[in-house]
Amino acid sequence: MSFFSFGQSAEIDVVLTDAETRKKAEHKTEDGKKDKYFLFYDGETVAGKVNVTLKNPGKRLEHQGIKIEFVGQIELYYDRGNHHEFVSLVKDLARPGELTQSQTFDFEFTHVEKPYESYTGQNVKLRYFLRATVSRRLNDISKEMDIVVHTLSTYPELNSSIKMEVGIEDCLHIEFEYNKSKYHLKDVIVGKIYFLLVRIKIKHMEIDIIKRETTGTGPSVYHENDTIAKYEIMDGAPVRGESIPIRLFLAGYEMTPTMRDINKKFSVRYYLNLVLIDEEERRYFKQQEITLWRKGDVVRKSMSTQATIGAQRFEGSASSESALEKAAREDSG
Amino acid sequence: MDPNDRAIAANLASGGEMADTIADTRRLFSKPQNLNDAYGPPSNFLEIDVSNPETVGVGRTRFTTYEIRLKTNLPIFKLKESRVRRRYSDFEWLRGELERDSKVVVPPLPGKALFRQLPFRGDDGIFDDSFIEERRAGLEQFLNKVAGHPLAQNERCLHMFLQDESVDKTYTPSKIRQA
Repeated sequence: MSFFSFGQSAEIDVVLTDAETRKKAEHKTEDGKKDKYFLFYDGETVAGKVNVTLKNPGKRLEHQGIKIEFVGQIELYYDRGNHHEFVSLVKDLARPGELTQSQTFDFEFTHVEKPYESYTGQNVKLRYFLRATVSRRLNDISKEMDIVVHTLSTYPELNSSIKMEVGIEDCLHIEFEYNKSKYHLKDVIVGKIYFLLVRIKIKHMEIDIIKRETTGTGPSVYHENDTIAKYEIMDGAPVRGESIPIRLFLAGYEMTPTMRDINKKFSVRYYLNLVLIDEEERRYFKQQEITLWRKGDVVRKSMSTQATIGAQRFEGSASSESALEKAAREDSG
Repeated sequence: MDPNDRAIAANLASGGEMADTIADTRRLFSKPQNLNDAYGPPSNFLEIDVSNPETVGVGRTRFTTYEIRLKTNLPIFKLKESRVRRRYSDFEWLRGELERDSKVVVPPLPGKALFRQLPFRGDDGIFDDSFIEERRAGLEQFLNKVAGHPLAQNERCLHMFLQDESVDKTYTPSKIRQA
């Protein structure tokens, strides 16, 4: 135990087994910066090595144990002290003792459950990380490595369109329609606005995407609204019977999947806000919630094999048999 | 055919997720518009002009009135054309009524210009031509903003101001209800 040493007597770092092959995903940090982290999905194994490097190779390092943890936690900004851990796994790497030289320890967390998507928001943060610790009597040496988790969904079985008639009595009646109620993050919103009655002087119409982050429960509920997008769909004055089309590509906007009551701590929901503005800058609006979900990337085998097999199912002729053989040869050759 | 190829073929045949289709962005179907609706007069026609200032009276009792001309096809207005004369204090009264009774954020009126009513001014005070023109423009802007507001259109005081012969300040405030 040295009171006079600069910094720590050992360095600890974590390296993943599949660091070369695993994809990285961009994720915003709390101060708005974008960084890349290793991307994991629910059920995937997290494995790697912990390297403990002694700064002074001659000196022994006494320790109270070496371990690595996999943590998934929710942190509310207004309650920083309390971290709500919903995943907490630990592997002991070394019993209390001493290290005479730098050493590497293997670890594996098999098929780890990662139920929620990583999220950094206005008032709340949900993160997953590995934490390797060399416990010592006075102060521990530890290193955290953040990872990013994405939650994937499959195409919803039920995806009804949203169609509604709204308005102000005797003043403005419209019927709006959006082709789906659940959109994936790279989807397109296709819809239309049909004017039934127009007794006001409309100047233009826009559609906004609003993200609402809700934290807290009961009496202390915080809502943070953020307008992600504003997209003008009409410039000019419509009359009765006119139909205005909507085509809004979501891939261009930074959004997360809809998160409902995550671990009973927070929600992130998305709304389409249809806004009509009249000549005196008065605004008339109608908000409608949509569900956003994340689609997995599809890994494709060679197209020629697929196409030939597909043809064979319907034709079953000698020519497609030989074509299949030829394609199989091309693939392997 | 090995099991994996069989699965791929089945998916292709059913047009499942493996097909990774490009999103269909074709427009939704909409009814073609009735030609009368497309080319006929729009249902939101409302024009209000404030013009022809006239100063009446003599000496201390002088005041200026403005002509308010309204043309509309909105059913909420009883008269499709109307012409009345009003003075500044009538506008002040209307603004007060709307602020009290409706949930409308009422726009401001052009200034009262009390300093212009002080004696020993070099010009004609509140009867100065350029002042009257400034005021006229401000009143016209005020009325256009207010009369087009769906909530203000429900107030009896607005209709009385715009279309009745004279403003009866002892009236009973009420909301217009359409059958």
